[in-house]
Amino acid sequence: MPDTSTEPPVSNAKIVNTPEEQEDNRRRTRKVLKKFNRKRENLVPVLQQVQDELGYLPREAMLEVAEYLKVPEVDVYGVVTFYNQFRLKPPGKHSIRVCLGTACHMKGGYILLDAWKRRLGVDRGETTADREYDLDTVACVGCCAMAPVNVIDKKAEGRVSPTRVDGILLAFKMEKEKKAKEKPD
Amino acid sequence: MTVIASQDIASTFQNIRDHALSRWQELWDGSKPIIMVSAATCGRSAGALEVLEAVKDELSRGQQDVQVMEVGCMGHCYAEPLVIIKKPGNPTVVYGYITPEKARRLVKDYIQGEDISPEFALGALEENELIPSIYDLPRFKHEKYILLENIGRIDPEDIDQYIAKGGYEALANALQMQPEDIIEEVRKSGLRGRGGAGFSTAQKWEVCRSSPGKIKYLICNADEGDPGAFMDRAILESDPHSVIEGMLIAAYTIGARHGYIYVRAEYPLAVHRAEIALEQAEGLGLLGKNILGSSFSFDIKPFQGSGAFVCGEETALIASLEGKPGLPHHRPPFPATSGLNGKPTVINNVKTLAYVPPIIRNGADWFASIGTEKSKGTAVFALAGKVVNTGLTEVPMGTTLRQIIFDVGGGIPKGRRFKAVQIGGPSGGCLPESALDMPIDFDSLKEVGAMMGSGGMVVLDEDDCMVEVARYFLEFTQRESCGKCTMCRLGTRQMLSMLEDFTCGRGQMQDLETLKELAEDVRIGSLCGLGRTSPNPVLTTMRYFRDEYKAHIEEKRCPALMCHDLIAYYILPEKCERSCDACVGTCTVEAISSNKQRVKVIDQAKCVKCGTCLTACPLQYNAVIKLSPPDKVPAAKG
Ligand SMILES: Cc1cc2nc3c(=O)[nH]c(=O)nc-3n(C[C@H](O)[C@H](O)[C@H](O)COP(=O)(O)O)c2cc1C
Ligand code: FES
Repeated sequence: MPDTSTEPPVSNAKIVNTPEEQEDNRRRTRKVLKKFNRKRENLVPVLQQVQDELGYLPREAMLEVAEYLKVPEVDVYGVVTFYNQFRLKPPGKHSIRVCLGTACHMKGGYILLDAWKRRLGVDRGETTADREYDLDTVACVGCCAMAPVNVIDKKAEGRVSPTRVDGILLAFKMEKEKKAKEKPD
Repeated sequence: MTVIASQDIASTFQNIRDHALSRWQELWDGSKPIIMVSAATCGRSAGALEVLEAVKDELSRGQQDVQVMEVGCMGHCYAEPLVIIKKPGNPTVVYGYITPEKARRLVKDYIQGEDISPEFALGALEENELIPSIYDLPRFKHEKYILLENIGRIDPEDIDQYIAKGGYEALANALQMQPEDIIEEVRKSGLRGRGGAGFSTAQKWEVCRSSPGKIKYLICNADEGDPGAFMDRAILESDPHSVIEGMLIAAYTIGARHGYIYVRAEYPLAVHRAEIALEQAEGLGLLGKNILGSSFSFDIKPFQGSGAFVCGEETALIASLEGKPGLPHHRPPFPATSGLNGKPTVINNVKTLAYVPPIIRNGADWFASIGTEKSKGTAVFALAGKVVNTGLTEVPMGTTLRQIIFDVGGGIPKGRRFKAVQIGGPSGGCLPESALDMPIDFDSLKEVGAMMGSGGMVVLDEDDCMVEVARYFLEFTQRESCGKCTMCRLGTRQMLSMLEDFTCGRGQMQDLETLKELAEDVRIGSLCGLGRTSPNPVLTTMRYFRDEYKAHIEEKRCPALMCHDLIAYYILPEKCERSCDACVGTCTVEAISSNKQRVKVIDQAKCVKCGTCLTACPLQYNAVIKLSPPDKVPAAKG
């Protein structure tokens, strides 16, 4: 189905970390690396765990990994860009995943994706400018029987309707406001 | 490998089993009621964890000693969340569509009281006077459970329950057999790989076993990349030990020392359950060094696939295990002679491996007596889409599609008409009504242009557009094409752009011929199965639903009213109730307003065609309709 997506979002601007942030990312990457021996076959598990730690794979982390595993930098980048799981951009606070597996697509998953795009103003694979939400698609999370499925912050939710999108967003906003009230600073 | 102390293996295992059996008897035949909550991924997405919480909370208010257990997916996903209650003195009952409130009521009325609550029951697991047996449901006439036997009946995080149900006995037996005899047994059973192609498992093992070299590997393929399938997930989540036991027997047979379970990262619960299972198996000496005191040692590492469909293909899977991008390579050499790190490697699907223990336990003849002449045993399908009883089913090979969809699946919901069934995912095809009475097995499906593939079965009804289905699958394969070979990389791109033209109303009749020729070229010219089978959804829909293609091209009309660019939503003025505002309120983009007569009108320029108004319009008015082509919408008045 052709894309009815919106304008390119602001957040797609190149993300450059400050030297302090970079150093911090490097330090945390090295912490993960310590758990592995220097074998190339550890590349994918290493990247998975680094991403678990940092939320994405910034340049400095990939460089650390390349050096540690003695793998050419371009190979690390090649692996990172090959697999759908790896992200080059920082995630939002909440992750929104729309299932576009067969069952979900046929039961209107693409309509849900449209609704999210419209509400968040970003395309799939992107993060909103305020870094609150990142939107992406997945191909079947294994609960086709509950199609259409959205995975919100790692929790699968079945039988989602376009109006539910607004409901989910509202709940997040209210939660945020509540937190702001409790901790005014 | 020579088998040394046969009786030692037997007695070591006997001890393990005795312990497991006594624990099971204590649990099952004891005086405590048992509440089982089906909490696999599917159940959880329907709210199973909330139900579990409610059960625990309600119990904490009472004094009773009740065993609460989390079990896997029973296959009845349509009725999730499911709860099974076994109260001593009463039949074991399966309850469906349970909400936290209903769960609390069950605890109060049935656990603490005496009301068995038949209104929530799907059926009982035993014959009794109170509640009809679940086996009276029409589906059980056709179903035969081998792989699904334990699923949803045992706690996947407790190895003793698997052992009490007969688990690991086959391993103990196998370790006392010669590997050649195991291969012979598997050959006699007729087992063919369930990963898609249906290759003879015995033959694969034989080749690997007789390949020279000391180091060999065994890999369990749980990548399950087909975007409409979830059997492998359900098996790993609900009965992980059946897969591990199968891996152990396979490894012993081919002489492998190391193994991997390659699971998609999208299946976190399956990964988690597999990890727990591996730990427990190792704890009992069923995995690791000198298994059951024999000279056989084997370890298994879980490996998370990073979300690339092509990595389900065996050579690409191996590349990704080696820390490279998952690009397939030409075969031969086949992995069985040169696989992981260049060593002989067997790759088998989850289901293939899970069939091995029952075959060893019950004998090859038992397995071979089920199914058709060339496809033995059962087939597990994941039923999804427009079918009443979505979920898992297991039927003997040779069962017809009609029996699966209508008897097991309960037919099409909302009284709609069956249109097609998509089998085998992106490599499979769409079969029309005329194929419904065909007995299905590996070979019959190939004859009609589809494929067993993964076993995903998505049912489509009259509201599903077949051109869109073809476009959807091609978009999927095109996106997932790894880009190594030209035909797959560029050929699928061109095919996709033609299909996009059709769904947008820009197609030409001569495109149909070009598309067919191109599909043939992609089939012949691609390197791996991804490209070679990618034309199947397109070719089958063109073969069985040519009229729909024609309507899209010649009339710019989508007969199923699905293709976004070819439809419009319209509110019938004569049916609109006027005083009702249901559609106005729900419209997500404020495209609906009232005209002077208070009839609701859709602003076509604003409408995003999300269909919310159609759902919102009360059934008794039914005023919102879809029109195709969109220019059928009458010009707005006043
Ligand atoms: C594009 C592609 C994707 C595949 N995906 C899977 C998969 O997800 N799971 C699987 O078991 N086999 C998959 N296969 C088949 C494997 O290559 C391999 O044949 C299978 O794992 C062998 O196991 P079996 O002998 O038990 O069938 C795929 C093949 C291709 C070409
Ligand atoms: S298609 Fe969405 S969960 Fe399977």
